[in-house]
Amino acid sequence: MKPLIKVVELKKWFPLRRGIIDALLGRKQLYVKAVDGVSFEINSREVFGLAGESGCGKTTTGRCILRLIEPTSGKVFFEEKDITSMSYGELKPLRKNMQIIFQDPYESLNPRMNIYDIIAEPLRVQGLVEDPDEEEEMVYRALEEVELTPPEEFFYRFPHELSGGQRQRVAIARAFILKPKFIVADEPVSMLDVSIRSEILKIMLRERERYGTAILFITHDLSLARHMCERIAIMYLGKIVEMGETEKVIQEPLHPYTQALIAAVPVPDPTYRRGKIPIKGEVPNPINLPPGCRFHPRCIYAKEICRKEEPKLVNVGGRLVACHLYSSK
Amino acid sequence: MPLLEVKNLKTYYYTLRGPVKAVDGVNFEVDVGEVVGLAGESGCGKTTTALSIIRLLPPPGKIVDGEILFEGKNILKLDEEEIRHIRWKKIAMIFQGAMNALNPVMRVGDQIAEAILAHEPNTDKREAWERAEKLLQLVGIDPSRAKDYPHEFSGGMKQRAMIAMALACNPKLLIADEPATALDVIVQAQVLDVMRSLKEKLGLSMILITHDLSIIAEMCDKVAIMYAGKIVEYADVYSIFKNPKHPYTEGLIGAFPSIKGPKKPFISIPGSPPNLLNPPSGCRFHPRCKYAMDKCRREEPELINIGGKHYVACHLVR
Amino acid sequence: MLRGRVRRFKRRYSRSIGEFLRTFLRNKFGIVGSSILIVFVLTAIFAPYIAPYDPTDVNSIGVAPPFSPPSWVKIFDNSIPKDKVFGLLGTDELGRDIFSQIIYGTRVSLLIGFAAAFISIFIGTIIGLVSGYYGGVIDEALMRITDILLIIPGLPLMIVLAAVLGSSIMNLIFVIGITSWPSIARIIRSQVLTVKEMKFVEVARAVGAGDGYIIFRHILPNVSPLIYVNAAINIANAILIEAGLSFLGLGDPNYISWGTMLFFADQYQALIKLAWWYVFPPGLCILLVVLSFIFIGHALDEILNPRLRLRR
Repeated sequence: MKPLIKVVELKKWFPLRRGIIDALLGRKQLYVKAVDGVSFEINSREVFGLAGESGCGKTTTGRCILRLIEPTSGKVFFEEKDITSMSYGELKPLRKNMQIIFQDPYESLNPRMNIYDIIAEPLRVQGLVEDPDEEEEMVYRALEEVELTPPEEFFYRFPHELSGGQRQRVAIARAFILKPKFIVADEPVSMLDVSIRSEILKIMLRERERYGTAILFITHDLSLARHMCERIAIMYLGKIVEMGETEKVIQEPLHPYTQALIAAVPVPDPTYRRGKIPIKGEVPNPINLPPGCRFHPRCIYAKEICRKEEPKLVNVGGRLVACHLYSSK
Repeated sequence: MPLLEVKNLKTYYYTLRGPVKAVDGVNFEVDVGEVVGLAGESGCGKTTTALSIIRLLPPPGKIVDGEILFEGKNILKLDEEEIRHIRWKKIAMIFQGAMNALNPVMRVGDQIAEAILAHEPNTDKREAWERAEKLLQLVGIDPSRAKDYPHEFSGGMKQRAMIAMALACNPKLLIADEPATALDVIVQAQVLDVMRSLKEKLGLSMILITHDLSIIAEMCDKVAIMYAGKIVEYADVYSIFKNPKHPYTEGLIGAFPSIKGPKKPFISIPGSPPNLLNPPSGCRFHPRCKYAMDKCRREEPELINIGGKHYVACHLVR
Repeated sequence: MLRGRVRRFKRRYSRSIGEFLRTFLRNKFGIVGSSILIVFVLTAIFAPYIAPYDPTDVNSIGVAPPFSPPSWVKIFDNSIPKDKVFGLLGTDELGRDIFSQIIYGTRVSLLIGFAAAFISIFIGTIIGLVSGYYGGVIDEALMRITDILLIIPGLPLMIVLAAVLGSSIMNLIFVIGITSWPSIARIIRSQVLTVKEMKFVEVARAVGAGDGYIIFRHILPNVSPLIYVNAAINIANAILIEAGLSFLGLGDPNYISWGTMLFFADQYQALIKLAWWYVFPPGLCILLVVLSFIFIGHALDEILNPRLRLRR
């Protein structure tokens, strides 16, 4: 089966501002290599997790796929079409198939627009509905689907009148109203109260069932990823270090970084004693990346080769791991 | 004798619209060497409780009723001058978002030394600096980093520096408000490890405030679950997790998916936390409770002991 | 379900407008400011019905002896003969009724003030929007121009321009408008820089919106509270500048504004002649109008500021 989304060697390097002195002295342009060669595929209707700590490049990857930021290099294919080389004009009709839900329920809604206009906007920009009554029906239904009822009550309210959870539901309604085939969900519940997270995620999954949408679920919370995602990719400093079926990756992590991450996650069970975390050192500076394997300064298994050569993703029993422990055999 | 006893604490914020009953009759104890967790979501009153204990309540907040006994003495009766002998020397606090509270133009070591000098003014400056270095070492930071500026520290290091600052005067009780939120999971684990080691090395007692039940499970001996300004369940940590009696506790535990063990259903609690200007009648949780009975709308349940120092405030439990 | 476009439109916007008016009228500064302003605006509109004489009419000259004090001075000093006092505010050097001049002057001063402010806000907003949104070379170029205009001393520049272009109402409006836009442009630009990074703008892009749509539908509405607040100050400023330029003799000689009244008062040495009724009224009117706009601006600032922060 052909994948819905195919990302090939995606890179996004942010140049650091150089002063005149640096330019005159001919110092090299420095970059923050937020995403440095990331490749993966997402299948139709799949919930694919992209996990890692802050600064690993997961959010930037998500935004690059939708071309909200322009990638520095690499390609993204949507249904076999290369969307990275398209013009914005060609891209526009495809956009109705790829939407995004952001983390911050406060910032993702225009405070000066009422809820009706916020949800109707995608329809209007894409020119899908001419008749205002038809538009009203679609907005009505969208609000019903995210359980903001009665919908008329919400039409003319403004974002500041709603709670965080309600705003996120509006964001979900807006994302799904175009019936997209793919959605990037960037930490969709991390800023919400714990007791309502499950509700919001349930609504998201229900919409996904209804429209057959694939979701790229970006998160730093591995416990959540375990419950939401079928497959997962773990990122560290701009690269994917491990990728595979979520349950397997979490229960039997292969990459030393994944092992450290899983060991560090606290468990809501007082009888569980967390062991020492198999990691050393501090988080490195993203501007001055270590040579060879990026993780080697913190890796307890680091060998000579790890300092010199960057490991490639190899297939280990159905899983992809980028580590010399597995690739130099 | 318990180190700290909070009895019937009531703290209200007198706003223009009326009194917000942020803390409305809270009781708990902290024994020497114990870690007590105050758990609950935003707006439940846990931070206000902490600020009441250390008497740093911002206006228009006022402690309206209750007693706080520290080593047997009611500290609510002390005036500002006397409280200063307790604050930081006996009871210290790490505030929420503390790592952003470091002054960016002062060296970290100087800031810790400043805390020492502020509370023990007769200390020699060099001695204060040496103590600052030792404190950094205590929290796992190389003492030579004391001369660095905050921007040279990572997020986890800043948080640990704040812990060091809180320990500047060897307090007996440390109140930590969300010490590990906003940190990445590996760094979070390191900070929690440091806190646990402090408890063992220094015999420190702690009140740990957080919404994250996983952290509570890992760190605490006793737990008080707070909702809308009241404690709804209070017991040792094993009873809370293995035998939760209050519907809110059940709901809260269920809202935390676990990375270990079988996949449990991931649940949520419908509705949202109440407005504390006008809290619901009777049991404050009843609008969101799936077991709510008629009695719950009318009468507020009392916190009762159901055996073995496990307290629950719910009409379902008799 | 609701049907009907008009009904939808009314429901959508009447709530916010109604809420705004209610808040505004509850604000002390808002009430005082707008009351004063309404008085002046009505005066300007109904000038021919209020003023006893038309100051541009040649026949209005010499209706009384020049420099006659107002009639009600007799209440304090009965010794003055009846034919030596006149009207509500006395007469000028040509024996024209000053009260009428004040009334008609309201038209000119307000017109120039509003029009000039409108031009400067219009130019400033467009430059601020474009500069802030597109950034890069466009931003640099526009900001350099803005800087240059900010550095050149305002009043001397305006004097030079007015002297070169000649004094007419249109020229005055043009001169004041052209020199006042830089500060607005800067303020708008910095707000645009903040707004364009907000996530709802990214979502609009994800949906396929183009730059023009985003600027007008998303950025402008979030920048407009700032415009309103600054507009009030801008209008007050324009009125003051007009008064100043006219006082210096650069005003339109065919029309009477408060500034030109002060010019003539000075020319004909009204103060030396102790003709306070010639000097105070125009000065007081300028003061009151400017004050009213400052109050309105303050009220708007108080009301709109929480929203300016764009977060709850």
